[in-house]
Amino acid sequence: MEHCAACGTAEQAKALKAVIEESRSTPGCLMHILQEAQGIYGYLPIGVQKTIAEGLGISLSEVYGVVTFYSQFSLKPKGKHRISVCLGTACYVKGADKILAAVEKELGIKCGECTEDGLFSIDSCRCVGACGLAPVIMIGEEVYGKLTPEKVTAIIKDYKKQEGVE
Amino acid sequence: MANMINLKINNIPVSVPEGSTILEAARKAHIEIPTLCYLKDVSCVGSCRMCLVEATGARGLVAACVYPVSEGMEVQTNTEKCRKSRKMSLELMLSKHKKKCPSCERNHNCELQRLSAEYNCDEDYFEGEPLEHEVDTSAPYVVRDRDKCINCNRCVAACKKQSVGAIGPIGRGYAVHIGSAFEMSLMESVCVGCGQCIVACPVGALKERTTVDEVWAALGDPNKKVVFFTAPSVRATLGEAFDLPVGTNVEGKMVAAIRRLGPDHVFNMDITADLTIMEEATELIHRITNKGVMPMFTSCCPAWVKFVEQKHPEMIPHLSTCKSPQEMFGGLLKTYWCEKNGIDPKDLFVVSVIPCTAKKYECHRPEMKGEVDAAITTRELARMIKTAGIKFEDLEDEKFEDPFSTCSGGGTIFGATGGVMEAALRVAARMLDGKFEVVDFPEVRGTNPIKEATYNVAGHQIRVAVASGLSNAEEIIKGLQDGTRHYDFIEIMACPGGCVNGGGQPTLPDSMRNSLDLKSLRAQALYTSDKENKLRCSNESPVMKQLYDEYFKEPNSHKAHEVLHTSYKEDKRI
Repeated sequence: MEHCAACGTAEQAKALKAVIEESRSTPGCLMHILQEAQGIYGYLPIGVQKTIAEGLGISLSEVYGVVTFYSQFSLKPKGKHRISVCLGTACYVKGADKILAAVEKELGIKCGECTEDGLFSIDSCRCVGACGLAPVIMIGEEVYGKLTPEKVTAIIKDYKKQEGVE
Repeated sequence: MANMINLKINNIPVSVPEGSTILEAARKAHIEIPTLCYLKDVSCVGSCRMCLVEATGARGLVAACVYPVSEGMEVQTNTEKCRKSRKMSLELMLSKHKKKCPSCERNHNCELQRLSAEYNCDEDYFEGEPLEHEVDTSAPYVVRDRDKCINCNRCVAACKKQSVGAIGPIGRGYAVHIGSAFEMSLMESVCVGCGQCIVACPVGALKERTTVDEVWAALGDPNKKVVFFTAPSVRATLGEAFDLPVGTNVEGKMVAAIRRLGPDHVFNMDITADLTIMEEATELIHRITNKGVMPMFTSCCPAWVKFVEQKHPEMIPHLSTCKSPQEMFGGLLKTYWCEKNGIDPKDLFVVSVIPCTAKKYECHRPEMKGEVDAAITTRELARMIKTAGIKFEDLEDEKFEDPFSTCSGGGTIFGATGGVMEAALRVAARMLDGKFEVVDFPEVRGTNPIKEATYNVAGHQIRVAVASGLSNAEEIIKGLQDGTRHYDFIEIMACPGGCVNGGGQPTLPDSMRNSLDLKSLRAQALYTSDKENKLRCSNESPVMKQLYDEYFKEPNSHKAHEVLHTSYKEDKRI
């Protein structure tokens, strides 16, 4: 479960410290630091938020308030493969809800969650700018379009095979 | 001098300094604009939309509490548009408010209730989502009911102003609510229990954890000997709960009222304020002459102590080891007084009446060994007096009982910022120089956030600082740590203005809080009492002589350490 470890690795801690040091004197730096921290850890666990609060000399509740205000920030760990199911208008009318249901069923988790082995996480997103290919999903930086529930299930099975878990 | 801006509010001309808000200008013109999220010196964010007014040059309605005035502006505060908007805002708030008014602590003393009545609101006009959040009763001092909260953020502002930040808004949109990070309970959070959030709350979402029922039970138990004692500042504020003017000293009526509740004895906690001074001044001189850890901080405020243990454990060695006057009194009663009167401490039920919610927490600290059985706030005492049907206003003055009645003025001013310092200086100076005569130390009085002074006594230079409000305490610690501040003795009280403005004091309507200087008016009652007292210095009190002759031998003796001193534990929290 190394992906879910709240404290992360020494390298992650070092990277976070560097980001805080670099931006702490800039007014309004909290958002930037949170974005960077999410990039480093994949999510924003309590340990990370405490480090940021202490580094900036603000309260944990202030940090947590910002984290929970913006939907881009996550309190839950993300998987090695981050699946984003587009629920934008075009995808939605083309059956994105069924695509999401198929992904959830295949992985046995709900949207916003991460599999226990830390390999996959599911989120929904708004338009990714590929409406011509609707319905689409992204896995990491890869876009998959013109999907059906069967096709998306097959794609995920492929990933599982690559990871040796199928 | 600032440029003056001329404007008209409801056709009344008014002139105010540039940068003033419409709300400030309206107050000057004696026009009341309703507010909810605004609280003088605490919160001004313009979020509740109650103070919306029409102003020339503005598109739509503007929030008077944050909108700046401009030359020639014409403001209307009471148009149909304003009234409709305010009414709808109130009805939206009521839609997700637990409307259990009859049983609410703040019934008849609630800003939402008052405004809803004034605007003829229908509390069920909008059907809100069902309210079913659990009440947070984790802490022995504050209870938080999320379903009564109207998200005005006044508690958040009060907590942030204390440099604590235990609570904040969580989430977004309809789901937004006030809570601690990661939905921690108050007890797990960085909360220090000062209760400033309670007195800031316009509704009943925050209140003290009441122990009134335990006190009634003890009063009704024939096998219990019940003793009450009252903290110095309670006499300066209790009258407010009975509509007496702010700053009325009701010591005599307070004693009479408590006696009518039926305890066996009513004592004066100013006695252990004097005792604190004897111990603390001795400790200070010991630290100065033996090159102990300096500077020394006072330790009579349990919220301050908790703040140090949680946020600045590195400062623990600087805290005086003296217990707070409340715990000294509890200790004194259950040792000296019980021994002297042949009472089994187990049969004694000790009730302290305090201006403070942190003192409720303090009685639960394990090292205090339950010396105080119940600590009730000024508000709780007022409620008990009302429940008992006692006509407070009509009572004849009565006196505290011996042996714990006669105090010095130094003990009395403990309830105001600077009071502990002044009382300690009176005694410490006399301990160092037997011929020292000064009793008034005006430099440490008043409600300035940080006060500093230097005194020379018997060849010793004593640099002192006094801070009230934890953000000012934070400022002092920062200065000590970065070498920009240098002191020998520092008094800290967690609440701005000291105990007279404590989290357990009566909650006055916004209209009074926004127009009166509560801190100064209440403190004045104590300073007047000090001035009228023949005994000004703690060491002159006959009670001190008796206690040291009969029991403790001398300040900081072995026995004194056993009963009157304590220790602290690091409890670092972020």
